[in-house]
Amino acid sequence: MSERRVIMLGNEAIARGAYEAGVKVSAAYPGTPSTEISEYLVQYKEDVYAEWSPNEKVATEVAIGASVSGVRSMACMKHVGLNVASDPLYTVSYMGVNGGMMVVVADDPGLYSSQNEQDTRMVARAAQVPVIEPSDSAEAKDFVKRAFEISEQFDRPVIFRTTTRLAHSQGLVTLKDREEIEDKPYVKNIQKTVMMPGNAKIRHVEIEKRNKELAEAANTLDLNRIEMKDTKIGVITSGIPYQYVKEALPNASVLKLGLVNPLPRKLIEEFASKVETLYIVEELDPVIEEQVRSWGIKAIGKEIFTVQGEYSANMIRKAILKEELQIKEPAKAPGRPPILCPGCPHRSVYYVLKKLGLHAAGDIGCYTLGAVAPLSVVDTTICMGASISSLHGMEKAKGKEYIKNWVAVIGDSTFLHTGVNSLMNMMYNKATGTVLILDNSTTGMTGHQDHAATGKTLQGDPTWAIDIPALCRAIGVKNVVEVNAFDIELLEKTVKEEVAKDEVSVIITKTPCVLLSKAKKPLYRAIPDKCKKCGMCMKPGCPAMTKAADGTIRIDDTMCTGCGLCDSLCKFGAIELVKEGDR
Amino acid sequence: MAAKNIMIVGVGGQGTLLTSRILGGIALQGGYDVKLSEVHGMAQRGGSVVTFVRYGEDVAEPIVEEGQADVLIAFERLEALRYAHFLKPDGALVVNDWRIDPMPVVIGAAEYPEGILEGLEKEYKVYAVNATEEAKKLGNSRTFNLIVLGVAAQHMDFTKEQWYEVIERTVPPKTVEINKKAFDVGYTL
Repeated sequence: MSERRVIMLGNEAIARGAYEAGVKVSAAYPGTPSTEISEYLVQYKEDVYAEWSPNEKVATEVAIGASVSGVRSMACMKHVGLNVASDPLYTVSYMGVNGGMMVVVADDPGLYSSQNEQDTRMVARAAQVPVIEPSDSAEAKDFVKRAFEISEQFDRPVIFRTTTRLAHSQGLVTLKDREEIEDKPYVKNIQKTVMMPGNAKIRHVEIEKRNKELAEAANTLDLNRIEMKDTKIGVITSGIPYQYVKEALPNASVLKLGLVNPLPRKLIEEFASKVETLYIVEELDPVIEEQVRSWGIKAIGKEIFTVQGEYSANMIRKAILKEELQIKEPAKAPGRPPILCPGCPHRSVYYVLKKLGLHAAGDIGCYTLGAVAPLSVVDTTICMGASISSLHGMEKAKGKEYIKNWVAVIGDSTFLHTGVNSLMNMMYNKATGTVLILDNSTTGMTGHQDHAATGKTLQGDPTWAIDIPALCRAIGVKNVVEVNAFDIELLEKTVKEEVAKDEVSVIITKTPCVLLSKAKKPLYRAIPDKCKKCGMCMKPGCPAMTKAADGTIRIDDTMCTGCGLCDSLCKFGAIELVKEGDR
Repeated sequence: MAAKNIMIVGVGGQGTLLTSRILGGIALQGGYDVKLSEVHGMAQRGGSVVTFVRYGEDVAEPIVEEGQADVLIAFERLEALRYAHFLKPDGALVVNDWRIDPMPVVIGAAEYPEGILEGLEKEYKVYAVNATEEAKKLGNSRTFNLIVLGVAAQHMDFTKEQWYEVIERTVPPKTVEINKKAFDVGYTL
């Protein structure tokens, strides 16, 4: 292939880098902002096997297995997914690799789509795993290759850390051909691959040694570089903040780190000795700063920078140059928080739960949006799978009657991720309580990824589809009921019946995500003359519906998806289906 | 040249991502360094969406900061108001004169501001167009974003043929003709 320059999303560049680096196996669970890596990898299915695993722990273990067998492998996830994967991560750190192995972890400073702000570099330090961090799409692609080389050279798995701003930014990259990496032979070596205490003890000594070697090598590694300019201001930085530094301080000297764990001590000392004032610019936690200070080097960091949210060039100008920026105040405008889409089947379920006055222990997915007005049904959101287990905790704390005012709500993908374990726990520990599996036949929030119950793999092949009702029955749940989410009368009756029982019930509302179907959808129209302005149809909070100045209802025909929920709530026949020819 | 800073704002689902891809494509075609940044995931479910496009000889950060946008393309009035302070004092605001109520307005917890465009016109160069209505006339209301882009294109240094080429490469093959037509409507408005 002749070299070709194209614009690529950070995540696309990582996928391309993996392809060029000769990766053979990749496993992931979708999580913003990491999801697109796997979706872009699919185009290389001739050369790279890529899968959605049910969760990040499984994905990491798949990658470990592939590495043990001698091929280059990777697992991809977001920061909170790394918590799920931390069990195998801490141990593969001891095992090291055969084929190179990389865990791509995307952090989310600024909390665009996450339940916490968490710095993966902290986890990596605790697990003693090297971390490589690129600053734009071009580096994202090129550093992937270096990550595998370092992994193999130093016998370490490598965390490839990105952030939302990098993952979802696009920049120019130069495409290269795939390198054919020969599989390493598998040689049985249980001292390295069976982490029972006796072996692990020896490996711990070994990884300390390897980490020291890598730290030493980091002083001359091409991933780290000094850009010497004016010596008044020196900045140590990495990742996306490097770009903000370049923008804000074009004349400053910069030590740009590509390997952020372990840190190159000699290089940092050399750089620090050459500049008058040393700043450390890193988003989230003071990971570099604390180490640099521990070596007796004077540096300014979090005393002028925040540990929350994203940085920017303006912010750096203000903090370091003390520039007073002439920026207009933002206008006062009502907020526009994310909402359930028009036609979303979750809206219908929440309408019923609200009508019945129930609280919901919630989970991670689109349905988390049931927490906000006007639905306001979801009371808790913790992490994947926690809806079911936290409901169980409530029941054990307050008893069977208390839990009749509550349900757990979880999506199909999340149920298979970790919810299933929690349901097993309910049965094993003699719980009562009702679990609603809002089965929209996809992983909705991250953009419609397949999972073990959809009947399709990441690479697009048809496959066995887990039967969720049968799975629940196999766990031991006697009461497993399936209802169409938009059949609100039947749904209401079913929920009433099931929450009244002193047993575990699972109600599955199986209605596909409205965005899944590409078919032309019907749409509804309000008839102002028949409208009694009662506001019933507005209760579920459909964004396609607005009140006109006279109080009657209007339906936005560019937004309506024809779910019919408003029609089923209107007692006056003031909402009608638009005939095909009248659109 | 100093980097040219363009922002596209709208409501999740209106097509800001596709529009930013077209802008990225045209910058690449012009031989510039280019960086784009966009919002995915939970934030885009009917929420306020922002994408940034920067092109020039050498572009470092992928975001446009307050007070630095040369062109702000807004697919909805309230979103124009929300992000107008990102504009340079002499920047151009291209806005689809269209209203989508956010949930706090729908449920009566907030009011949709009146007179948004009149207010913005006092401070910025405003190019308002009712692109949604224009697109309906074309027979596909979803192509309104290309109409808005067509208006914005008048403030950028690329030829119509370059735009056509990029549109052909970027939008789904079935919609190339209608999208080109929509762009044309905006370009001549």
